[in-house]
Amino acid sequence: MRMPLSWLAEYTDVPEGVTGAQVAAALVSVGIEEEDLHGGDITGPLVVGRVLEFEEQVQKNGKPIRYCVVDVGQHGQMLTEGKHQEIVCGATNFEVGDLVVVVLPGGVLPGGFEISARKTYGRVSNGMICAEDEIGLGDDHAGIIVLDELLGAEEVAGVKPGDDAIALLGLGEETIEANVTPDRGYCFSVRGLAREYWHSQGSPAGGYRDPALVEVPAANETGYRVVIDDDRPLGGVAGCDRYVARTIRGIDPTRPSPKWMQKRLTQMGMRPISLAVDVTNYVMLAVGQPLHAFDVDKLSGSIVVRRARAGEKLTTLDDAERALDPEDLLITDGGEHLLAIAGVMGGASSEVDDSTTNVLVESAHFDPTSVARSSRRHKLVTEASKRFERGVDPQLAPAAAQLAVDLLVRYGGGTVDEGVTDVDHTTPRQPYLLDVTEPGRIVGVDYSRDRVLEVLRVLGCVVEETGAGTDATHVLVTPPSWRPDLVDGPDYAEEVARIEGYNDIPSVIPTPTEGHGLTHGQHVRRVVADALAAAGCTEVLTYPFVSDGLADELMLAADDDRRHAVRLANPISEERPLMRTTVLSTLVDALRRNVARGHKDVAVSEIGLVFRPHGPVAQAPIPGVDGRPDHALLARLYAAVPDQPRHAALVACGLAEQAGWWGPGRTVDWSDAVAAVQTVAAALAVPVVVANDRDRAPWHPGRCARISLTDGTIVGWAGELHPKVLAALDLPARTVAAEFDVDVLTAASAEPVQARQFSTFPPALTDVALLVDVDVPAADVEAALRRGAGSDLEAVTLFDVYEGEQVGSGHKSLAYRLTFRAPDRTLTTEEVNRFRDAAVGAAAEAVGATQR
Amino acid sequence: MSGPNTNYDPVEVAALEPAAVQAAVDAALAAIAAASSLDELKAARTAHQGEKSPLALANREIGALPPSAKAEAGKRVGQARGRVGQALAARQAELEAERDERILVEERVDVTVPALRRRLGARHPIELVAQRLVDSFVGMGWEVAEGPELEAEWLNFDALNLGPDHPARQMQDTFFLDPVDSGLVLRTHTSPVQIRTMLEKEPPIYIVAPGKVFRTDDLDATHTPVFHQIECLAVDKGLTMAHLRGAIDAFVQIMFGEGTRTRVRASYFPFTEPSMETDFVCFACHGSGSTTPGSAAQCRTCGGSGWIELGGSGMVNRKVLAACGIDPDVYSGFAFGLGIERALMLRHGVQGMHEMVEGDVRFSQQFGMEV
Repeated sequence: MRMPLSWLAEYTDVPEGVTGAQVAAALVSVGIEEEDLHGGDITGPLVVGRVLEFEEQVQKNGKPIRYCVVDVGQHGQMLTEGKHQEIVCGATNFEVGDLVVVVLPGGVLPGGFEISARKTYGRVSNGMICAEDEIGLGDDHAGIIVLDELLGAEEVAGVKPGDDAIALLGLGEETIEANVTPDRGYCFSVRGLAREYWHSQGSPAGGYRDPALVEVPAANETGYRVVIDDDRPLGGVAGCDRYVARTIRGIDPTRPSPKWMQKRLTQMGMRPISLAVDVTNYVMLAVGQPLHAFDVDKLSGSIVVRRARAGEKLTTLDDAERALDPEDLLITDGGEHLLAIAGVMGGASSEVDDSTTNVLVESAHFDPTSVARSSRRHKLVTEASKRFERGVDPQLAPAAAQLAVDLLVRYGGGTVDEGVTDVDHTTPRQPYLLDVTEPGRIVGVDYSRDRVLEVLRVLGCVVEETGAGTDATHVLVTPPSWRPDLVDGPDYAEEVARIEGYNDIPSVIPTPTEGHGLTHGQHVRRVVADALAAAGCTEVLTYPFVSDGLADELMLAADDDRRHAVRLANPISEERPLMRTTVLSTLVDALRRNVARGHKDVAVSEIGLVFRPHGPVAQAPIPGVDGRPDHALLARLYAAVPDQPRHAALVACGLAEQAGWWGPGRTVDWSDAVAAVQTVAAALAVPVVVANDRDRAPWHPGRCARISLTDGTIVGWAGELHPKVLAALDLPARTVAAEFDVDVLTAASAEPVQARQFSTFPPALTDVALLVDVDVPAADVEAALRRGAGSDLEAVTLFDVYEGEQVGSGHKSLAYRLTFRAPDRTLTTEEVNRFRDAAVGAAAEAVGATQR
Repeated sequence: MSGPNTNYDPVEVAALEPAAVQAAVDAALAAIAAASSLDELKAARTAHQGEKSPLALANREIGALPPSAKAEAGKRVGQARGRVGQALAARQAELEAERDERILVEERVDVTVPALRRRLGARHPIELVAQRLVDSFVGMGWEVAEGPELEAEWLNFDALNLGPDHPARQMQDTFFLDPVDSGLVLRTHTSPVQIRTMLEKEPPIYIVAPGKVFRTDDLDATHTPVFHQIECLAVDKGLTMAHLRGAIDAFVQIMFGEGTRTRVRASYFPFTEPSMETDFVCFACHGSGSTTPGSAAQCRTCGGSGWIELGGSGMVNRKVLAACGIDPDVYSGFAFGLGIERALMLRHGVQGMHEMVEGDVRFSQQFGMEV
């Protein structure tokens, strides 16, 4: 919402010499955020010019450039050479003879852009022909300003080259642009912003002049007939609870709106169109009431406000045909001929045009929800819909209509009908019993009763200190009609704090009395993340979106649970409509990107949620909000949210250790992935066992480890990825990966570790070489050795694996070092040999091992 | 060593003559001094102290002397052997020291060659910033709360007083699950964690909730469809906007340094009333708005205003408390939060969202394990 300072000064006192920045700061102090400041920052010469001739040349980049000669009147800086101003221009939306806006060398445009004569596109440009955005007039940069189009031929008739464009366009004056929050619809008007500025100045008595305080004739029966027939109110709220209609006849359609009005509209970022349209826009900007002007001669019956019927269509003013929804509220002519989507946009058929002499002004109040839904449904955000959505003062309609009537009569030469229509179904606001200590209790500042009441009164509230429920601390407060947002204690608390100054609120650090620190799971996550980093992985965070084809690329079996993914209704990209069921499925993207950027040796990791619906997505209930949903309903709500376990994954390629002065580098292999998971488990003191898994996509069937807790619960998988998967995902050969369930590790590490006692006697070492079938997993051999070796076994270390001629094909030799240590004595050689033989015996029995 | 000779008559032995002994000593000392290596010294030792050395042989002859001469000769030879022994030991120590010195020199390497063979890992700074903030609040007695990223619509919207007609509930802002009426969305903020906490826990509640959130924005310099927030919620008896301000001030000082000033103004959010917007003094220009004091160049961090917008906050709306079964007449609460990506951009000069989401290892690696 924009506001020129001169308009502000009409409704409230603005001290002499106050700048736009100061007004903006004052508004911020009462909670109206500054969006921008326009105007006032242009210094001349900014003048009117007439294009005398131009030569257009298409540049190498395909862009046409015009070398123009422009008459800028007495400002011509080349006149001494007998030439008019030569200016280079990149726009092509003008013709010879057009009046344009020219900034000459020496001028400064908004943002401190100093203009000088400079060479551009091969020739010297002595200034610049301006577009709207360049002089802070709007956001338009489609072409340069052609004054005939901007102001209308009539207005431009008396304008000549050399005239000061700053004055012509009202650019000398600063215009504030405020960012209005959704609860302050009334600030979508100069009336509302002026009121807030007045508050920022301490609300001095008599310092605010409400433009809506005008004499309005009483409604009568002779006005234009209006019927409100809303048979389907949304949520029980009537779509239209007030409709004021006034008729003005005999307007001279050739008369333009006055220059001052056009200038203001331009300053506000709107375009003057015709008197009738400009007046409705001007009144809306002034007081916040959207108005609509109908050509009475295009109407045949009474105005009927009703909901749309299925299949109805309306061509709106923007020439778009809109298929209407039964929830759309419509303005109709006699109930059948459609005129407008209420509060959003009018239809083309009843539009006022350059032959309109009789005008019907609609000044109505529509349900914010109904307008909001229609606006969104038709993707039509208009000045009217913005205001109705945020709430328009329902008592404003008659005054706004009167303001429009007065202006139309005055500048259009028409006369107003005696008939005044005012269908008023509004209900008066009920007073709220306010505890005057509540603002202080909420804000944390001790406001006196007197001050609270004073603030409420300057805000426009009616405060009654007598009546039902009132006492020393309670009063009855009725908010002003323009403040639908003021409902209960916290609303009034905000008002008091705002008017008193938010910055006076002290800063008091709250002191919680209990706090148990991080949970075990939160600690575990940090340990996992740190351990992965210590293992050489760089943490990344990937988008959890995956493609439909990914499950196939990962070679997941048809019945694999990881194919059950949640689908988004409106994904960012149709290419990736599913939520990941594994972290690996998106982590590979990060690896691929790094490789593409020339990092050949990369290890990346991520910890994050995966989305695992078991079966079809259940419908989550949407309970009411009046109180806590009951236990069963909440249980259903929670249960409808799919499982989202926390996984960690890593993926690596290239060298694990660099080549260097120490020798050749070492390529990362399956074991690095397994070791990383073991590193994490060890960091959490969780014992894990590793088994060969020959059937776990997306891993290489011969190089995949399944890692489990000792009770068999699976932690995850690690190893080399399947060559076909690598090819499908365009990843480097021999890329390795792991994925594991952090929640499983969290549960497994929940109990405190119980410390073992260490023996201080010397250890006894003995080596055994065992011959086993080549397919026997080393883990099974080790498990058997451990079982057989007895309780004094301290460690088993596999220090050599040999396959080859010496052991014959189909076999392998595993060399183990067994370390024994008794808690209470030094073991004898005989004891150690006995333990070793028992261990070998167990291995022989379990896996057919023979000692070499 | 030979024993005393009793079978022969005492005779004079030439080797025991003082001159001979002296000559042997001189020869020994000369050889020892001439030994330039431990090996040469070893040869000198064998030659002059060994069993076949002149002094050893002389010593062996003492037994053949008459008793009257034994003492003198013994003393002479003993002293001579002592001198040689001392010289040997001294030269040995000298040569060993030289050798040790030489070895240290010979073993010298260039330690400026690369020492790191293994690649180093790193944490993602978004996680680290969250961790830092969380730790500070945990230190003040707050707890960390978390929730699912795929969330019930009611918890993400309705319970937060974002009714069915709120603009945020449009498909152009929020990711909905298929089918659209499933009542499930990707959470658009971490606030459903507040709701879950209030539904399940009795006040007092002091939680900090970091996490991933989703909005249907395309990736550009300042937007990403997946980003991170951190929110604080307190619900207790007697909490006021002053406490809200205190908590925010603590938060700002953790991120941007002790003494960072804030200013506040009224604002609007459906889930809070009253609502507040906070700015903090630009840490780059300290509020001056210019790059260097007195300069006309605008500070690039704050755009010249001297202040940086932190984010929205407010007292928890009574309707929100009520929807969670907390009596708004007994308890009050406040909540505030901010985007972690933005904090990272401000605090660490990260230029845009792309770097944070692309997963280029160089990005995380420049932060190491702590921010």
